[in-house]
Amino acid sequence: MIEAMQRAAGAALALALLGAAPAVAEPLSWDEALERAPGQTVYWNAWAGDERINAYIAWVGERVEALHGIELEHVKLTDTAEAVNRVLAEKAAGKSEAGSVDLVWINGENFATMKQNGLLYGPFAERLPNFALVDTRDKPTTVVDFTVPTDGLEAPWGMAKINFIYDSARVTETPGSIPAFADWAAAHPGRFSYPAPPDFIGSTFLKQVLIELTADADLLQRPVADDAQFQAATAPLWAYLDALHPQLWRAGRVFPASGPAQLQLLDDGELDIAISFYPSEAQSLIDNGRLPASARVFVLDEGTIGNTHFVAIPFNARAKAAAMVVANFLMSPEAQARKQDPRHWGDDTVLAMDRLAPDERALFEAIPAGPATLPPEALGPVLLEPHPTWMTRIEAEWARRYGG
Amino acid sequence: MGAALRRLSRGPASPALAAGGLDWTRPVPVLTLALFLLPIGAGLLGTLLPAFGWLPALGGETLGLAPWRALLAQPGLAQAVLVSLVSGLGATLAAFALVVAFCAGCHRSRLFRRLRLLLAPLLAVPHAAMAIGLAFLIAPSGLIARGLSPWATGWALPPDVATVNDPWGLALALGLTVKELPFLLLMTFGALGQVRAAERLRTARALGYGPATAWLKTVLPAVYPLIRLPLYATLAFSLSVVDMAIVLGPATPPSLAVLVVRWFYDPDLSQRFVAAAGAVLQLGLVVAAIALWAVGERLAAALGRRWLAAGGRGAGRAGARVADLAGRVPTLFAVGLGAAGLLAVALWSLAWRWRYPDLLPSAWSLESWRRQAGGLADAGATTLWVAVAAAAVALLLVVGCLEREQRGGRRPGRGALWLLYLPLLLPQIAFLFGVQVLAVRLGLDGGWLALVWCHLLFVLPYVFLALADAYRALDPRFGRAARCLGAGPERVLWRIRLPMLLRPIAFAAAVGFAVSVAQYLPTLFAGAGRFASLTTEAVALAAGGDRRVLAVYAFAQALLPLLAFLLAMALPAWAYRRRRSFRAGP
Amino acid sequence: MSGASAGAAPEGALELEGLGLRLAGRRLIEPLDLVVPPGEIATLMGPSGVGKSSLLDFLCGTLDPAFEGEGRARLGGEDLLDLPPERRRLGILFQDDLLFPHLSVAENLAFGLSPAVRGRAARRARIAEALAEAGLEGFEARDPATLSGGQRARVALFRTLLAEPRALLLDEPFSRLDAGLRDRVRRFIFRHARVRRLPTLLVTHDPADARAAEGPVVELSISGMQQSG
Repeated sequence: MIEAMQRAAGAALALALLGAAPAVAEPLSWDEALERAPGQTVYWNAWAGDERINAYIAWVGERVEALHGIELEHVKLTDTAEAVNRVLAEKAAGKSEAGSVDLVWINGENFATMKQNGLLYGPFAERLPNFALVDTRDKPTTVVDFTVPTDGLEAPWGMAKINFIYDSARVTETPGSIPAFADWAAAHPGRFSYPAPPDFIGSTFLKQVLIELTADADLLQRPVADDAQFQAATAPLWAYLDALHPQLWRAGRVFPASGPAQLQLLDDGELDIAISFYPSEAQSLIDNGRLPASARVFVLDEGTIGNTHFVAIPFNARAKAAAMVVANFLMSPEAQARKQDPRHWGDDTVLAMDRLAPDERALFEAIPAGPATLPPEALGPVLLEPHPTWMTRIEAEWARRYGG
Repeated sequence: MGAALRRLSRGPASPALAAGGLDWTRPVPVLTLALFLLPIGAGLLGTLLPAFGWLPALGGETLGLAPWRALLAQPGLAQAVLVSLVSGLGATLAAFALVVAFCAGCHRSRLFRRLRLLLAPLLAVPHAAMAIGLAFLIAPSGLIARGLSPWATGWALPPDVATVNDPWGLALALGLTVKELPFLLLMTFGALGQVRAAERLRTARALGYGPATAWLKTVLPAVYPLIRLPLYATLAFSLSVVDMAIVLGPATPPSLAVLVVRWFYDPDLSQRFVAAAGAVLQLGLVVAAIALWAVGERLAAALGRRWLAAGGRGAGRAGARVADLAGRVPTLFAVGLGAAGLLAVALWSLAWRWRYPDLLPSAWSLESWRRQAGGLADAGATTLWVAVAAAAVALLLVVGCLEREQRGGRRPGRGALWLLYLPLLLPQIAFLFGVQVLAVRLGLDGGWLALVWCHLLFVLPYVFLALADAYRALDPRFGRAARCLGAGPERVLWRIRLPMLLRPIAFAAAVGFAVSVAQYLPTLFAGAGRFASLTTEAVALAAGGDRRVLAVYAFAQALLPLLAFLLAMALPAWAYRRRRSFRAGP
Repeated sequence: MSGASAGAAPEGALELEGLGLRLAGRRLIEPLDLVVPPGEIATLMGPSGVGKSSLLDFLCGTLDPAFEGEGRARLGGEDLLDLPPERRRLGILFQDDLLFPHLSVAENLAFGLSPAVRGRAARRARIAEALAEAGLEGFEARDPATLSGGQRARVALFRTLLAEPRALLLDEPFSRLDAGLRDRVRRFIFRHARVRRLPTLLVTHDPADARAAEGPVVELSISGMQQSG
């Protein structure tokens, strides 16, 4: 019944959108963007659940103001879907100009939704000079977002990879695989949990479990074909969770509200292991007084999910030129080096070191790794994100099974 | 409702009372009602239609029950409704019981007179800050557990017990009780003055009734009708609160109101139909709960009459002591929790490292304040100007309405009071969605006009409640004397009435300011996400993030209204420092 | 009822013609006919609750809209009842002095002082003069709340007089004063009313007031239950 309704609404929406679609204009050239950007205000809609990230975004605001005379406003979101929703609503209301979102921090299902519904401006990414520095060869996720080609509709901003933080003062043995996690949890009841989906850390953990346990992981790289396929492929995931939940924190009846909430619980001593998406997040949190100095990181033997996050410009953005200039700045060595610095954020750069000038490379070499950061070679293989349709369905199924 | 509207808007009965020429107060009541009822009415409609499938922008062009079927199929719906009911009804019952117990047991004590002073600041603390403080206190690793661990409890690590975000919403109920208690107590204190409680008590005591019994049998029946509307407002608010529920309530599933907000923000636009149906369900839940409460009133009244007629005196000495304790301890505990929570917020904002089970931070720092200075200034400025604007407009309208009463010599009836309470009795979510659609239509969404207007819907009733009694109680002969001395109506207003009412006006302005500061959903919806207030920032941070930063925002959020109240007390005191008649407390 | 004929009234007199009150259509007091010449103090007597004060409110134009007034009132030949209260130029003193508590003594007087007196210095001098006349020299900056009952009554009188009224209405202004003070204040007020040749209407239930007024006394009777036509 819901699906029928959703389909009906979706079809009607698509029709409405087609009808209301403005004439597609050629995206701005870089020179045009640079020329028009000064004086524009960019409303950047970005998830704001982490203070270090908010501080980083505030710093970006100061820099683009100084460099280009752009006013940057961080519209703080608890869920990126809020911004997607807003742009969708504006399009539905026929507001194809002067929309309220100029730039959005995005990836995965939200990108897929926006791309599919024609809500994005571009292609613009390749027009940005700093895009030439991006490591599209060794970091293929910079151009393929959760199996969906970016087609220049979003500009890569940073690399994320699942890792696990623990307090080495309390925990001596850590699990090396998803099945081993279940054993560890059984031996330490109440000491592990994951944020409730649709929090992206929680959802990513579920995908990690799925990739490791499902019979044919390659299947996940394509859209879900039908219910039967979904049921068959995810059966091991649900069996695993059914067994795991009673061993979790609060016996799996309550889940941490978000990734950062889970890290706070780790520091409080309520959890022994927390999931992180940024390889140097642990060090960053130690430096910020939010984790004990004894915090350390581990990964799984078979590899963990890695992805890239991006910024995109909605089709109806008011300040497209300035948004492009900001996106370009985000890919600059200056901004990327600061982002990789655990004192500020601590996630990996999207840039290729061999494409940088020596003085630019020096910026990255000067970043102190700290004892809690694993060297790149110890981070293990990168597992690719499944197609977004899997994520959407897993989240819905999770809510159905465990959401009340 | 129509009759009440006419009553409110009727012209002056005595043309001589108003000066010749234009009287600016004449259109104010109608204008106020329009500012009030139009968005609420349109908002309700804008929620009701999509709830039955009508939202052409999203392809909903046939009316039907599909959204309701989709709603019923949502996972966790039943549990969410249960959480709302447990926390909403539980908190209202608990707060009411505390009020009754306190008034019955302690009405003779010095505490009774002193508590009033303590309540105003607690009332001023926004819900979000109060919830955050409480969470810092009662969490398994919170201040209370730290105070007892490990020496008394043996907990080397925090216990694995859901003392916050529990699946039943009990922590939320506690938070709501602590927050609503000051409001209900203040409303009750106000009502006590109107029913000549002292005379009733004297009579009953002379007939041999013990103090608590005398209060319950002679004062409560008279006071209850006067606090019925505030109680219903408390019930409606508790059932549909969002910001406190995000901080203290469960997450999987959350209470119904939070669930509805989530659906509104679902990237799948078809979920908006579900959200609209959910909002209507929320409205139904509130109506049903109020109806249930009203039935409870009847039952209690019937039982009470029998108890009254039985003539039991309850005059034992021990009984009075027990009643005193039963009234004093829980109320002081609740008030103490609120105050201690704020203290915890202040401590966390100054902490650098503060791990369980340390009772105090192991490393202190102003770093959190320093780093947040920029964001704090922005959000603080937004909060400040919206609150000042909303409170100022509300004050202007309320003074206009009350002055209209004076000049027209007519007082609105009971129905008008219900109208006034309307925004407080309806769940915000039930009409804010429609209001947002309306704002988008008018091109007002995300603008300051929509934001201030939306705040006004909630600020205005409180400003009216805070000012009306004092305005109406002002001896009308001062105005008449001034008129006979040759002063026109405007001169009487500006030179006599307003200056004489400076204290209640300042207080009402502070109330309006505090109400605006505390608004979460209206800021979120009408601000189109572009206006970050201290409240939206604090609630967003409460979902995780850095507890120290959260504390900085929560503290700033609590500080702003407190400063407003301080100013509201200091300003009249300073202005009338040489006038003895104004020195007595409010 | 023919009442006093307008033509016969002395210059500046207060003339009441068929003046009465109704509440919800019911007549409260029998219509009243009275002419008060300048300098004369007429007394309206009656038990409390009869509507004496409301009758004065009606004259002032500040009647509670629940009541309904009837009849005519003229002052110096001019119809009073069509004017807004501030233009009737009637001075009234109430049971309570009603000094504005947020204003100083001088500010209270200044509030009353006619705007025809222009210039700050002139106004200040006029107020100082009035205070001297009231035996309250140098009281300008005082808080009214710090004055004695007699002092307050005198300030209230002069606030009214400074507005240069054409007639004086007294609404039991002595009833709240204690016995010793009452007589003094009464004589003080009456003296000023006579010196200024103000037609004065006194409302009271105290026969001593009526005797001291030395003018005509009208007993107000309650219409009570009887139907009026």
